[in-house]
Amino acid sequence: MGTQAFDEIMGPPEREGARSELVDLCHWLQATPADELRRRQEAAETTFRQLGITFAVYGDSDASERIIPFDIVPRIFLAREWARLSEGLIQRVEAINAFLHDIYGERRILREGVLPEDLILGNAQFRPEIAGIRPPHDVWAHICGIDLVRTGPDDFFVLEDNARTPSGVSYMLENREAMVRLCPELFSQFRVAAVDSYPDMLLETMRSVSPRGCGQNPTCVVLTPGHYNSAYYEHSFLADSMGVELVEAADLVVDDDVVYMRTIAGRVKVDVIYRRVDDDFLDPLVFRPDSMLGVPGLIAAYAAGKVAIINAPGNGIADDKAIYSYMPEIVRFYSGGEAKLPNVETWRCREPQALKYVLDHLDELVVKLVDGSGGYGMLVGPTASRQEIETFRAALIAEPHRYIAQPTLALSTVPTLADSGLSPRHVDFRPFVLTGSKGVKVVPGGLTRVALKEGSLVVNSSQGGGTKDSFVLMDDANAMTQSMGGMTQSIGADGMVQSLGNADLTREVR
Amino acid sequence: MRLSIDHRTTYRFTEPQARVVQLLRMTPRNTHDQIVADWHIALDCDARITEGQDGFGNATTILYIDGPVDRIDLSVTGEVVTSHSDGVLHGTLEPLPARLFLRDTPLTRADAAITDFARDVIGDEGGTVAALHRLNHAVGDRFTLARGRPEPGLAVADAFTRGAATPRDLAHVFIAAARARGVPARYVSGYCDRLEDNRPAPHGWADAWIEGLGWVGFDPMLRRSPEEHHVRVAVGFDAVGASPVAGTRMGEGDERLDVAVSVNAEG
Repeated sequence: MGTQAFDEIMGPPEREGARSELVDLCHWLQATPADELRRRQEAAETTFRQLGITFAVYGDSDASERIIPFDIVPRIFLAREWARLSEGLIQRVEAINAFLHDIYGERRILREGVLPEDLILGNAQFRPEIAGIRPPHDVWAHICGIDLVRTGPDDFFVLEDNARTPSGVSYMLENREAMVRLCPELFSQFRVAAVDSYPDMLLETMRSVSPRGCGQNPTCVVLTPGHYNSAYYEHSFLADSMGVELVEAADLVVDDDVVYMRTIAGRVKVDVIYRRVDDDFLDPLVFRPDSMLGVPGLIAAYAAGKVAIINAPGNGIADDKAIYSYMPEIVRFYSGGEAKLPNVETWRCREPQALKYVLDHLDELVVKLVDGSGGYGMLVGPTASRQEIETFRAALIAEPHRYIAQPTLALSTVPTLADSGLSPRHVDFRPFVLTGSKGVKVVPGGLTRVALKEGSLVVNSSQGGGTKDSFVLMDDANAMTQSMGGMTQSIGADGMVQSLGNADLTREVR
Repeated sequence: MRLSIDHRTTYRFTEPQARVVQLLRMTPRNTHDQIVADWHIALDCDARITEGQDGFGNATTILYIDGPVDRIDLSVTGEVVTSHSDGVLHGTLEPLPARLFLRDTPLTRADAAITDFARDVIGDEGGTVAALHRLNHAVGDRFTLARGRPEPGLAVADAFTRGAATPRDLAHVFIAAARARGVPARYVSGYCDRLEDNRPAPHGWADAWIEGLGWVGFDPMLRRSPEEHHVRVAVGFDAVGASPVAGTRMGEGDERLDVAVSVNAEG
């Protein structure tokens, strides 16, 4: 399967030479000796180690702090590919927001029978504790990370939505900084959309959703579970680059339904909290009573409309595995049109026709438990033995509602520096989408994860995955934005999104 | 019937606390069958008090108390006028769909013994009035009444193995058994004048959802549906979710809790 994949630089498998738009990049790869690429890659990794951009591997006591391997060959999106992708991302995130607003409010989508009621009501991620609360400006999913895979130039599929506290944005920023330093020639050759304004965009998003009556200068903070958390580097990095306080629960106090931060100068009222702690640990009066990490009274302040919590509590219902297969219906229900960005095709075996198809094609499909995780209870048809397939057939017939099935996809590859030189490796992608009171913005970049092992489709950092920088090319129409620096990059990205009426972009995405 | 309620709660801390924040679900709402004529929450120390509503529709009160404080006296008094209702709820605030209350919690998870018990009592009848009354009786008949304060954190599967049960545990058994047969059920905390004075806890019973009728109250301790002798205050998945007080404190030491509840009928 790996040999048939679309390569994002070299093009489809049958093609000779690089994709025509990326011939220059191919030249750069050929002209730069592997030793030189390796030297630069090592220099980047040294910097990451010094900065402390590490992650903890659970269950691995030898290497509690590791850096995620970095690959020097960037992954590239052409401007028109990005424009089309952005349109799909915006539609999806708008639908996620509309879904959360509805499901904790009127629940129109249940009343109209679009989703089975039990799918929501029986799901622990639906938090009745906060039902009826409306977040400031009705924004729920301020920061979304949408995990995608690609099989062709314009064929993107959503693997997973992350609408709680998606992490990884610090890798996007640090990878770019390393590339600008180590491969400056690429940035004079290609017009790459800048990502370094992300902290400004995030702060602007936070300020835009501050409760009414907070004045011109709302106080924003980042709430972290603490330095032992595996993403602590990112928490402190973001607070630092936005110029706001990084706080722990013990630094916050709620009085009279108003949130304050303790400072040496006394209490300071807090208007917007970017929390990187899970719902369970937000407020022991409402969620887990044994939580030492929470802020008692926080949900009361939130319900009273005195503070914005980013992302909103209760968002887990939007990115839950059981909900995923219904996202096309959810997008259609709220946007009125078909999803521009498709899911990976998913057969819900609880539906008799789907079950029949799955049983007839077990040797081609991946079959998963809806409530399983970590590969437990999974059948990979193409590599399974006859015996395994028959065992699954019996299980499927006995309890079809517990299973979904998906095709095995030929994930795209990008040339990657391996021990033997450049070699194609499979990648996935997490773009970041910000929603404030003034609308939805796609950050022109994201986190590319790469499976470093040959043929492997597993990009998880805990299992030998690495990262790459993700270049979004700006087309010539946006030439003027380049010289204007920082702030305009987001405008540049918006411009591309808005230019989508073009005839060549109207092909319907399945 | 006019019920007068006196519910006193005293917290004593062995060390002074720097700060206490409490969430109270102690205010009944008006329904078709209960009118709150008079209601006061009084506190013996300085506090900021705010009022709101939770996702279940319960009226909530938050107390923000600055220390140092080593004792909190909380007194809830009021009068509620009730009418005869046959247990069927009318005019309650119901922001959530009934089928949500099929969900179990760590305290109300049915084990094999409770599942078997539910099957024996209810059979395939599901949520009919007759079947749920049978369940209500069966739960009440199974245990003698434990007089003390409910044991914190006691899961229903453990409570089910004992000979004596508090009203809370009886309600939990009813709820777990009903849900095991696919009937939405929830915990109700409130007051009842059919218990002795100076009880160490408010009363608790259950609601079950009956298609075509709506929510119906069941009090397994009394082996009947709540009528004019009951005052509903809060609902939740279990007794913790509906509990009168959820509190946090900042400070060392232990706490001692004393509760005295009296309910008297006047005519």
